[in-house]
Amino acid sequence: MPPILELHDLVKKYGDFAAVKGISFDIKEGEIFSLLGPNGAGKTTTISVLSTLFSPTSGDATICGHSVTREPMEVKRCIGVVPQELALYEDLTAQENFNFWGSMYGLSGKALSSRIDEVLEQIGLTDKARQRIKTYSGGMKRRVNIGVGLLHKPRLLFMDEPTVGIDPQSRRAILDSVKELNRQGMTVLYTTHYMEEAQELSHRVGIIDHGELIALGTQAELTRQVQETDTLILHIGENEDPQALIDALKDVPGVLRITPTNHEVAIVTPSAEELIAPVVTRADRLGIKVHSIDIREPNLEAVFLHLTGRALRD
Amino acid sequence: MSTRKIFHVALKDVCLIFRDRSALILMLLAPFLLTIGMGAVTGRFSGSSTNSGIADIPLTIVNADAGQLGDALVEMFTSPDLEALLDSTISTDLSAARAAVDNDESAAVIYIPAGFTDSIIPSPQRSAPPELVQVEFYANPTRPTSSGIVRTILEQFLSQVEIGRISGEVTVTQLLANGYIDPAQAAAVGTSIGQQMVQSSGSTSSIKLINVTEGGGEVEFDTLAYIAPGMALMFLMYTVTYGGLLLIKENRQGTLARMLISPTTSAQVLGGKVIGIFLIAMAQLLILIGGTSLLFGLKWGDPLAVLVLVFAAAFAATGWGIIIAAVFKTPGQVGSVGSALMLIFGLLGGSFFDVSSLPGWVQIISKISPNAWGMEGFLNLAHGGSIVSVGTPVLALLIMGAVLFCAAAFWISRRGLARK
Ligand SMILES: Nc1ncnc2c1ncn2[C@@H]1O[C@H](COP(=O)(O)OP(=O)(O)O)[C@@H](O)[C@H]1O
Ligand SMILES: [Mg+2]
Repeated sequence: MPPILELHDLVKKYGDFAAVKGISFDIKEGEIFSLLGPNGAGKTTTISVLSTLFSPTSGDATICGHSVTREPMEVKRCIGVVPQELALYEDLTAQENFNFWGSMYGLSGKALSSRIDEVLEQIGLTDKARQRIKTYSGGMKRRVNIGVGLLHKPRLLFMDEPTVGIDPQSRRAILDSVKELNRQGMTVLYTTHYMEEAQELSHRVGIIDHGELIALGTQAELTRQVQETDTLILHIGENEDPQALIDALKDVPGVLRITPTNHEVAIVTPSAEELIAPVVTRADRLGIKVHSIDIREPNLEAVFLHLTGRALRD
Repeated sequence: MSTRKIFHVALKDVCLIFRDRSALILMLLAPFLLTIGMGAVTGRFSGSSTNSGIADIPLTIVNADAGQLGDALVEMFTSPDLEALLDSTISTDLSAARAAVDNDESAAVIYIPAGFTDSIIPSPQRSAPPELVQVEFYANPTRPTSSGIVRTILEQFLSQVEIGRISGEVTVTQLLANGYIDPAQAAAVGTSIGQQMVQSSGSTSSIKLINVTEGGGEVEFDTLAYIAPGMALMFLMYTVTYGGLLLIKENRQGTLARMLISPTTSAQVLGGKVIGIFLIAMAQLLILIGGTSLLFGLKWGDPLAVLVLVFAAAFAATGWGIIIAAVFKTPGQVGSVGSALMLIFGLLGGSFFDVSSLPGWVQIISKISPNAWGMEGFLNLAHGGSIVSVGTPVLALLIMGAVLFCAAAFWISRRGLARK
């Protein structure tokens, strides 16, 4: 079976600035594929081109067997899109929003109203359907935003950072519903800058940074690249200076790379156990108090750190 | 191309505007109240000639001023001109007057505090600038129309008293509240509305009334038949600007992009937006025409011809709304340009005074406004003209609309419908 989505050397420039610099990958029907990358990596730009909002500067993509540049109408019918920013009418109710967006997808009459009931059920807003969106909480708005993308039962669903800025329960509910949709047969392209989400959801992950796809594969394939390395996380006090600690530790044998994050210092090393003693001694000598130490098995964060030298949430 | 989607886009915009209270106030209530206010100062409501549905509005005036302005205000409200419209009681007991409003026995209280006259006309003996004393207005919220009428008349009076404290206050406040103009512009807009109102109310005789139809028969002509279309056409520009703003807002809030990534063409989306604005504009004019006919018994003329003219005026004005939205980028720009056009077109189009007394070149320039053509048509009809008499204005309005749509379509096709 041919892939449901194929990208060939896709380039998108805004003026002179290349936001996407020639990326290629494909997605098989039935997969959850995550595009993982920090803010500004080019995730939304990629989704915008794939959903035919912008034409690519060069390259092409084929979705459901149709080219995004030459047969955009066919592509639009096959995909559902959940944009990163809420795109709803706040002065209309959820029901009215669904009615409007459903009609934009050519649904009408009984078929539309029963589908709206299903979606309302799915996002758990049946009893709030007749209230205006502007009275909703952030999490509820996000769920309506997702619901709109599901109305026409797309074969392929794009979700662009659907959990940004919401409470943990709503986030949990969204992640569960992505898995449920996938179980029912929907293919999902999911973008995020949260390593944990990519890890939990995806069959395969593409890591994107500065408009380039720097790694692609299953999680096992990706972490194998950093198999030989552990990550040691030192938690230090809020008033401590991580830079001083980094300067003191960078020439310790066994430290491959060392980077600061929030009140933490992350050290990539082939062997974490052997490093603990010298690290603690040096910190102590500087008078920096280390509250706790974690050893992390190789994960997607480590892959990103390994490939770019930066933490995902810089 | 499916026209159903166009219709859905249009219907959604109609729905959105009818949910926006401040927009509705400006679209419908403001022109209505201004019509009444101007009608009141021009003596429209005098004696028996009124057959309006609104009459004998109960009102209490408490005058503690003991100065010439307070007396003048009382005199105006009790004048024979307003006798049929208002039922004014003069009282000295403010709290009793307020209680009457609270008990729904009265629509409003006007309280003229002591020192009101002095605060505006400084006595020669005093050198220090007087403290500002303001007339207070206490409205009955369950009678918004009646109290709105009283308030408008009151503001008419105040604008005649002092240009700086302008009757346009209501309008300007609403424009501001709606984010439609900057606070920085408010004073200027207020002043120019106010000045125009003072001019028009002070010089009502400059409105030329022609009482003869083409057939030679006498037709009763009513000053409201001049004022009402002027106000309706002026606020028509507000409505189409609002429509243009909806397009800009949809671009900002991402719903425009979302429509464009659904299986809907840009032509369908744009077509829907245009038809939406057009329908709102039509609805506004028809409601104002219906309202003034029912409430004041105003005769607009041959209904079919009125409908044709309304169609053409809404079409041309929609063209202006779309071109502003196509050319300008931010909601602020669109709002400012729209409110400027509303005033300029209002002035040129004769919403405030009769332009036929102005120099010829001004009259020629005025023809770029839908207001001028609309006024010409409505006046012809009010004078008893048939559908033939609006042939030229209708044609001119349709051409104006078509030219503006082509220009807007060209502009939009060059830069795309959605933009960042
Ligand atoms: N309309 C635009 N014009 C110019 N630059 C843009 C535009 N949209 C995004 N960018 C830039 O392109 C880069 C990628 O942005 P984006 O695709 O939104 O990243 P992400 O979704 O991964 O956070 C960023 O540097 C951003 O500033
Ligand atoms: Mg993004």
